[in-house]
Amino acid sequence: MEALYVFCVGMLTFCGIFLCLRGRTFPVVLGLTLLSYAVNLFLFSSGRLQLDGAAILGISDSYTDPLPQALVLTAIVIGFAMIAFVVILAMRARADLGNDFVDGREPPDADQAIKPTRGKV
Amino acid sequence: MSLFWIPVLLLIGVFVPLITERFGRTACAFFTMLAPALALTQIATLLPEVLSGQTITESLAWIPAVGLTLSLRLDGLAIMFAMLILGIGLLIILYARYYLSDKDAMGRFYAYLILFMTAMLSIVLSNNLLQLWMAWEVTSISSFLLIGFWSSKSESRKGARMALTVTGAGGLALLAGLLIIADIVGSYDLGTVLASGNMIREHAMYPVALILVLLGAFTKSAQFPFHFWLPHAMAAPTPVSAYLHSATMVKAGIFLLARMYPVLAGTELWFLTVSLTGLATLLLGAYVALFKHDLKGLLAYSTISHLGLITLLLGMDTKLAAVAAVFHIMNHAIFKASLFMAAGIIDHESGSRDMRKLNGLWRYMPYTATLAMVAAASMAGIPLLNGFLSKEMFFAETLHQVALGSLSWMIPVLATLGGIFSVAYSLRFIHDVFFNGEPIDIPKTPHEPPRYMKIPVEILVTLCLLVGIFPSFMIGSLLQAASSSVLDGQLPEYSLSIWHGFNLPLLMSFIAMTGGLLVYAYRSRLYRFQSQFRETDAKLIFEGAVQALVRQATALHEWMANGSLQRYVALLLVLTLIMTASPLMELNSAAGHLPLQDVNGIEITAAILLCISALATVILHRQRMVALITLSVVGLIVSITFARFSAPDLALTQLAVEVVTVILLMLALFFLPQKTKNESSPRRVVRDLGIAAACGGVIATINYAIITRPFESISEFFLANSKTGGGGTNVVNVILVDFRGFDTLGEITVLGIAALGIFKLIARMRLAMPSADEKGRPWSEDRHPLILAMISQSLLPLALLVSAYIFLRGHNMPGGGFIAGLITSVALIQQYIAHGVDWIKPRIKVDYQWLIASGVLIAALTGAGSWLFGKPFLTSWFDYFDIPWIGEIELASAILFDLGVYLTVVGATLLILANLGKLTTRYRPTVEE
Repeated sequence: MEALYVFCVGMLTFCGIFLCLRGRTFPVVLGLTLLSYAVNLFLFSSGRLQLDGAAILGISDSYTDPLPQALVLTAIVIGFAMIAFVVILAMRARADLGNDFVDGREPPDADQAIKPTRGKV
Repeated sequence: MSLFWIPVLLLIGVFVPLITERFGRTACAFFTMLAPALALTQIATLLPEVLSGQTITESLAWIPAVGLTLSLRLDGLAIMFAMLILGIGLLIILYARYYLSDKDAMGRFYAYLILFMTAMLSIVLSNNLLQLWMAWEVTSISSFLLIGFWSSKSESRKGARMALTVTGAGGLALLAGLLIIADIVGSYDLGTVLASGNMIREHAMYPVALILVLLGAFTKSAQFPFHFWLPHAMAAPTPVSAYLHSATMVKAGIFLLARMYPVLAGTELWFLTVSLTGLATLLLGAYVALFKHDLKGLLAYSTISHLGLITLLLGMDTKLAAVAAVFHIMNHAIFKASLFMAAGIIDHESGSRDMRKLNGLWRYMPYTATLAMVAAASMAGIPLLNGFLSKEMFFAETLHQVALGSLSWMIPVLATLGGIFSVAYSLRFIHDVFFNGEPIDIPKTPHEPPRYMKIPVEILVTLCLLVGIFPSFMIGSLLQAASSSVLDGQLPEYSLSIWHGFNLPLLMSFIAMTGGLLVYAYRSRLYRFQSQFRETDAKLIFEGAVQALVRQATALHEWMANGSLQRYVALLLVLTLIMTASPLMELNSAAGHLPLQDVNGIEITAAILLCISALATVILHRQRMVALITLSVVGLIVSITFARFSAPDLALTQLAVEVVTVILLMLALFFLPQKTKNESSPRRVVRDLGIAAACGGVIATINYAIITRPFESISEFFLANSKTGGGGTNVVNVILVDFRGFDTLGEITVLGIAALGIFKLIARMRLAMPSADEKGRPWSEDRHPLILAMISQSLLPLALLVSAYIFLRGHNMPGGGFIAGLITSVALIQQYIAHGVDWIKPRIKVDYQWLIASGVLIAALTGAGSWLFGKPFLTSWFDYFDIPWIGEIELASAILFDLGVYLTVVGATLLILANLGKLTTRYRPTVEE
């Protein structure tokens, strides 16, 4: 079970990070969403995985750790606010800059060396 | 009066010239002299106490928690330096009054000078390593200001920059060295450090600390190969040169060597490094000085040479050498200050410093000439002058050296060679300037300077003579006290008399004088020989090196910070990987001791679905709509996962957020391109796959390592106190609204701020609205399907009811403000989707910004309410009431707090989504709204 769980977390991380490294805004938003799933699951699991437990007093013999749950609950809501902010920012950037590149401009050929333009002596 | 008054007085003195400048130049100089004069008087009153062998220390707790104290120490060495700094400083102020022209900003000059004096004095009085270093850095900065005083001149700026760079870099090395020493000793207190010499010398880090401290001292004292900055610092006004290169600045390095002598000296490494550096500097300086045609250039290299001499003395393995070093510090300060002042007078009154033009000035300024000649003779080491005495001691000590083994005989020979050149350049200073024909083509007709400009020189030259003739009477006790603090109280036998009989040192002096005469007589041959070498300009080399460094730094910076988010993220991730991978490698096994739980088919199915849909999101991410759908599948399974592992609150929250997120992204997608072009090069894709896979692997490993290990949690406290302390059985909710209520208050505030920020971003957005989808199909005419409208409308009361139920029971069962808020939001958004903004607008007249504000306000006021009862912020209250027909109910202040949470969540969610939805309608938000 534990191995399966961490495999899923790793998979979400992998997918999230790969998308975060894309050059357009929308895939990055998707990547951030996936990454926040991974982060939430990761944090949640710090209370260990427990079946049939409860964080409610009096309905079960075995209690789970309520603290990570409380933290993750707010993290989910804040995560939503962050995703919303980023996606609106992406829209605004497209409106103002006319493209949806994360850098706000056509990327220079990625593998070409970039010549210094600033800080000349 | 406390010792602390001395630096404080000087610090106040920094502002005096700026204030008194308006009263005229003489008044300004007079008032400026007050602070150093007072400080000197204060030092003088303490002199008898220090001369009797006492060390006065005073300290003031500054930040005791980290062991920082302001601490001052006045011992023999410190008082000798303090007197030189203040005494010569006073003379310099008087001299500068006549040297500076009307055009120069005198107040600013004096302010810099006093600032420098304060810093210098703080170095010598410091009883704490860090404090010493701070003062050290202030001398670097204030000397930069002084050297670059004539900032309109390019060479001033370059010289100042070079001095700052070299001494500043040395200062950093010194800091590292001092930190190591403090780490070895366990204290920054100088007294403690000085008492732990053996501990430091035997420590494994001793060589590193020594080299770093020496780097600091050698750069400051212009020792070879860092000597090159000193000649360029001659671009400063002459009073500055006279001060910086006689009693201060360059002497700071020497002071440091002398100060740390009881701690760092006494090892092979010290003797070899210090003595060889000193010897090289002595010879180089003396040789080059002879070829300088600029008066100040000659004095600059002679300063380098004499600093080398002192360093060499400190690097010798005899106690007497240290005494000689201390003696020469004093003598050099006195004669070199007077020589610089004389050079300044000559420059001032004749308009030139070029010795090829300056000749025969004796006829024009005989009085100044006499003074300069006496001082120069002292520099050459002529008997009856102070320079002779210390030079004689120096020669005597070179004879006792064994540091170079069988090659030790070279030291006295080379010392004599240095002496020969020293005599030769002193001779040149006298003969070439005051005799040797008539002046050639100089701008002014030379004449004697104003009366008071000569006074400082007169005083110093008189001192040269007095010390030279009556050494023990003049400075015997001071020398004894100063040397005693360098040698930690173990003073050797020595005699300060002028005549020691016919001996080897006297012979060496004799050889030096005769040799100097010969060298000077045949100087034209030497000049011809020297002219074969191309002269290297240290300034050009230095500027070149600095520019190369800047170019490389710029290139590196441009490579890292090229404005591409992708590069930043990739670099950050790679760095994180490196940082996390190394501790993971030290971990023997990822698996811990906890027994693993079994897996059933449902869980495997869910995991497979999760992985497939996550991968599908990646693979299909260029078709954005499809990717969004697969993403929502991931979200749903995450929500199920929470439910499976006993977290119903999380499952509910995730479910509601998932709905809102997907609606939001869909709305956003309307304004963004529907597809992503394939732009990444294969190389880039492989790189990103690599980084992502490595990160995923590392995260999974860490996670596995965590969840297979047992742990101690603070959650027992929450479980135990939830009901009794917070009045609720849903511990998660009680933590949110009670135990960690302050966190939650912060979180809803952040949520509100994010929503307002989004509103602001939307308000000025100018977006082109596509009239058709990317395949050219127009949007559906049937904007609000009737069935959807009817069903959602009838569902609304039910949804609100559920929301209210979830809210109310949240304290005891899964639910609470966050979840209820999200459910309400979803229900209202459903209405927007089904009916459109036009229909909603007249029906829901709630201002969402107002909702957010009132939510945060309610939560904050609930918290503040506990103040009324004299309890800390956010203390909760609850009690049980028996109400007829309904039965016992519980009322808790936490529910008010939760109401605040609820309102904020509803407000924030709807502010974001409704405004985004309104973008296409006539209700689009504007700035005024």
